[in-house]
Amino acid sequence: MNGLFVWETELAKKLITLNHISKSFGSQLVLDDLSLYINENEFITLLGPSGCGKTTTLRIIGGFETPDSGEVIFDGEDITKLPPNKRQLNTVFQRYALFPHMNIAENIAFGLKIKGKSRDYINDKIKYALKLVNLDGYETRMPDSLSGGQQQRIAIARAIVNEPRVLLLDEPLGALDLKLRQDMQYELIRLKNELGITFIYVTHDQEEALTMSDTIVVMNQGYIQQIGTPEMIYNEPENAFVADFIGDSNIIRSTMVRDELVNILGVDFPCVDKGFGENTPVDVVIRPEDVILSDKLDGRIQGIVSHLIFKGVHYEMEVQANGFEWLVHSTGFFPVGTPVSIDVIPFNIQIMNKPESEDEEALGIEEYA
Amino acid sequence: MRRTKALKKMLGLPYYLWSLFFILIPLGMVFYYGLTDRSGSLTFENIAAIVQAEHAKALFYALFLALIATAICLLLAYPLALILNTMRISTHSFTILIFILPMWMNFLLRTIAWQTLLEKTGVINGILSFLHLPPIHVINTPHAIILGMVYNFLPFMVLPIYNSISKIDRSIVNAAEDLGANGPQILLRIYLPLSVPGIISGITMVFIPALTTFVISKLLGGSKILLIGNVIEEEFTLTSNWNLGSGLSIVLMLFIIFNMILSAIFDKEGESNYL
Repeated sequence: MNGLFVWETELAKKLITLNHISKSFGSQLVLDDLSLYINENEFITLLGPSGCGKTTTLRIIGGFETPDSGEVIFDGEDITKLPPNKRQLNTVFQRYALFPHMNIAENIAFGLKIKGKSRDYINDKIKYALKLVNLDGYETRMPDSLSGGQQQRIAIARAIVNEPRVLLLDEPLGALDLKLRQDMQYELIRLKNELGITFIYVTHDQEEALTMSDTIVVMNQGYIQQIGTPEMIYNEPENAFVADFIGDSNIIRSTMVRDELVNILGVDFPCVDKGFGENTPVDVVIRPEDVILSDKLDGRIQGIVSHLIFKGVHYEMEVQANGFEWLVHSTGFFPVGTPVSIDVIPFNIQIMNKPESEDEEALGIEEYA
Repeated sequence: MRRTKALKKMLGLPYYLWSLFFILIPLGMVFYYGLTDRSGSLTFENIAAIVQAEHAKALFYALFLALIATAICLLLAYPLALILNTMRISTHSFTILIFILPMWMNFLLRTIAWQTLLEKTGVINGILSFLHLPPIHVINTPHAIILGMVYNFLPFMVLPIYNSISKIDRSIVNAAEDLGANGPQILLRIYLPLSVPGIISGITMVFIPALTTFVISKLLGGSKILLIGNVIEEEFTLTSNWNLGSGLSIVLMLFIIFNMILSAIFDKEGESNYL
């Protein structure tokens, strides 16, 4: 079952609701009237560039920051003012934050000891958690003798032994190298499925977000830009920011001639969008892999290849055509200087309303809040 | 190549000379006088003299007062260091400045100032009698000595502790909160164990000068209370028995070395380097 279905039909139970949250640090407004709900058993990712307010949102849910206004509802209860040690959720911190003076077993046992669990229970839990993160036998090691990836997994084990209903993860893979990061992504998905709890994940890495999430919340400058499944966010970006932030894209100022027809760089393209009115200025998003190149020159726009880079799976090319530099990903090879034609099928042309001003660009999708 | 090496060695020369003339030779003299009698023949009498009632009493009294002063400093400094740690940068620099400011003034002057404040007809009693309150008799008591020690040495306790607390990653404290720990539990399980190096260097830096002081006890304790520091001082200045003074100094040095070994074991990160 996919997240979109759950999200749109509201069959799933809302576990956490943020109502009109605002927060500033000094004179800097970090979150402005942010509203969001999170379903039970959802893997939700807050995605955005640094300074977009995603970590602050997570820290507000965790209880480490108090919002200036607005409320946090957890399972029907207002927890806005509840301190972190009283919340039914646990956090995996950015730099792991293992206790350096305790060994691995003591680190994992910390929360359980505080809760006064029995010795046998704690020992069982430590064994179970270490098995779950594939680090059996590490009980007596000290944190600083572990690699970054291992420390990360201990941080996760330390959080989940407390059986939280929600696990908050603050850029947990940020400090790991690429290969390890990819392995850990699969590990996290497996953990999420085995534990059956809600994951709230913060990252600036769009690939990470697309791989793991049921739902992605794209944020910028303290505002939510778009909420949706990874497919929705990638294929139907709501505005230029989302389109630009998620993957590479060609964003072109165009004119909507009428329903299902858009004029891009002086050439009419059939498309599938309706309801923008006639002769309306719009932004068009075309993903680089959706641009069809042909050296038979049978496409709608003619151009010349200006750059070519081999990327492994595909070639990345730049094509100068009608005064625009098109970014193209293609398995076909067209050397620099080759005259080519460009075409796009109607379904792959994504039309977005043009924001009138910068302010509106940030506020753009208020209807989602 | 050889020339630069020789040059580098030359640069160290002032420090070698300094260490030779102001540390090694004086230390050698202390040992020479301590281990000889007036005629210059080898003896352990000067060291054994510590067991004589008056000397032993002065040593134990000094240990006792220094321990109490160190304990009071620790109790005052730890909460203060915690508070400093939660302050914003601008306010905490100011607060630290307030604590360091008196250290820039002459130690003797500060102690004499306390003498003036505490005297029978001093400033404090003046204010008390003005308010029709009974006068206090603190001057020339052990209490006055402890007060002087705490006042003079408190910054040496605050700074190393603050230094080690401020090094504790904020996210570790957050993690403890996140796992359900309340304030006292965080203090006991996170702050205290992680600030042990600072506590140990703070204790060393207060205990050693408190143990060896003779100025504070002389100015605030009157002539009634003799600490080991006063005994040694008088052997040099009054009775001119350098041999006995040196012998007792060697004994005192043993206590200091013992304390410094302890501190070296626990303070691997060198918190005391902060000062």
